[in-house]
Amino acid sequence: MASDTIAAKTTETGAISGLDALEIAGREKEPSRARKLWFQTWPKLTAIALAILIWQAVVWSGWKDPWALPGPEAVFPDLWEYVQTEAFWSGLGTTARRAGVGFATAVAAGLVLGLAVASNKILRAALGSMITALQTMPSIAWFPLAILLFQLSEQAIFFVVVLGAAPSVANGVLHGVDYVPPLLRRAGTNIGARGFNLYRYVIAPAALPAIVAGLKQGWAFAWRSLMAGELLVVIATKTSIGAQLQYARELSETERLISIMITILVLGLLADAAFGAADRAIRRRWGLLDRNN
Amino acid sequence: MTAATPVKESATAAVALSGVTKVYGRGSEAVLALDGLDLTVRPGEFVCLVGASGCGKSTLLNLVAGLDKPTGGAIEVAGDARPGLMFQESALFPWLSVGANVELPLKLRGLNKQQRRDRVAELLRTVHLGDFGKHRPHQLSGGMRQRVALARTLALDTPVLLMDEPFGALDAMTRDILHDELERIYLERELTVLFVTHNVREAARLADRIVVLSSRPGRIIHETTVDAPRPRRIDAPEVAAIAADVTDRLRKEVIRHGQ
Repeated sequence: MASDTIAAKTTETGAISGLDALEIAGREKEPSRARKLWFQTWPKLTAIALAILIWQAVVWSGWKDPWALPGPEAVFPDLWEYVQTEAFWSGLGTTARRAGVGFATAVAAGLVLGLAVASNKILRAALGSMITALQTMPSIAWFPLAILLFQLSEQAIFFVVVLGAAPSVANGVLHGVDYVPPLLRRAGTNIGARGFNLYRYVIAPAALPAIVAGLKQGWAFAWRSLMAGELLVVIATKTSIGAQLQYARELSETERLISIMITILVLGLLADAAFGAADRAIRRRWGLLDRNN
Repeated sequence: MTAATPVKESATAAVALSGVTKVYGRGSEAVLALDGLDLTVRPGEFVCLVGASGCGKSTLLNLVAGLDKPTGGAIEVAGDARPGLMFQESALFPWLSVGANVELPLKLRGLNKQQRRDRVAELLRTVHLGDFGKHRPHQLSGGMRQRVALARTLALDTPVLLMDEPFGALDAMTRDILHDELERIYLERELTVLFVTHNVREAARLADRIVVLSSRPGRIIHETTVDAPRPRRIDAPEVAAIAADVTDRLRKEVIRHGQ
């Protein structure tokens, strides 16, 4: 009898782990890192090559004079020279600091605002549509007011960067909280997460993908506002990427102008890649990612 | 008393519902989901609730779990711990590993790190997933996820387990094995189970008592005690006979609604 019970137990355990092994077989293999990197890189490289080719073709066509539209062979040496100048690095420093401080403030404000509006019915009724309205407002339209309020100063730029980015962040939070599956809320409540703990352990992590999407969009708005701000609010004592772009136009240094534009583009791409990586990391953790991505 | 209130070991009932009514909506839109339901589940009893669509089975479990409040009547649940609830979907948190999912209720109950680690290991072994603590829920099969959900619910150390069609989305083979597992854990831990299903055979396989609910509004129309010895096979003749009887009664109930 005793040996029977043991035998029965082993078969049962055997059956259950056998079934488990069958069901999850082939789920965990991933392509190698180098292979994945290559698959992500080569289409991008091809696209860049193609863009340069089209640029060169337009220059060859003689549509504009070379001093108005220089070709890649004139711009790239200039870009190389530009990134080695003192002005580039100090301008980059100013711009990066403005972007960092402005975006960080916008994120803090957006998170607080979004959570408050998401968790309070009266605030939602009062501010929900206002946030969306603010988001649709082109941030450059804030500059006249900002300049009147703060003159041509750091504060004017900061003001517009924060106003440009915070609504997107708040909207991301709002969206994220609204779309937390009710089942997860119920499960969380059932296992003892109530009040603040429900937000901390269930709602906030469940909303994270939408919040990251909000951050990404907020960053795009902050970056645009900052570039507009640096073109409009040129502070003579402080050089910045945007100010240098403005100077290049005033001095008709087209090569330098395009070099700076390429710099801005690359900085934007780098930030985008960082957000993309965060987004993918979350989705991989959640199992929402196709294995080939 | 209208809310689910834990009562200290009043002994004879693990879950007691008296005259429980639930109305959704107001005025002319109001829907009567449950109509004066009386049900007593003894400690250690395994009760299956079966009924066609719209009989308020899930409503009932939500009320007992305290996730919703009844419109009228009283619900009493024995013991200090709130009942644990399992759903058709595992409702595991995808951002946490399997181990962390099981650990969360322990953390919320204030257990320290060492205690939590020991309990998680023990609970995962109980559901035969001792080696899967570091996996993510999405790396497991549906049946494995339900076992993790069971472990997470057991982490509440509640004597009462509420299950809302927990095996409804699984294939027959996996379901069979999970019936054995649930029965073993139910007996080992001397749990009280209130199990909702529309699968009459499943009810006959698992239950000490089958309670048949009518549809719209939900009322108890029939009760059957299943005294076939455990463990039962789902294809055993006595299980099939009880299932056939309950199915007939459900069919009559569905036909009544067609007229």
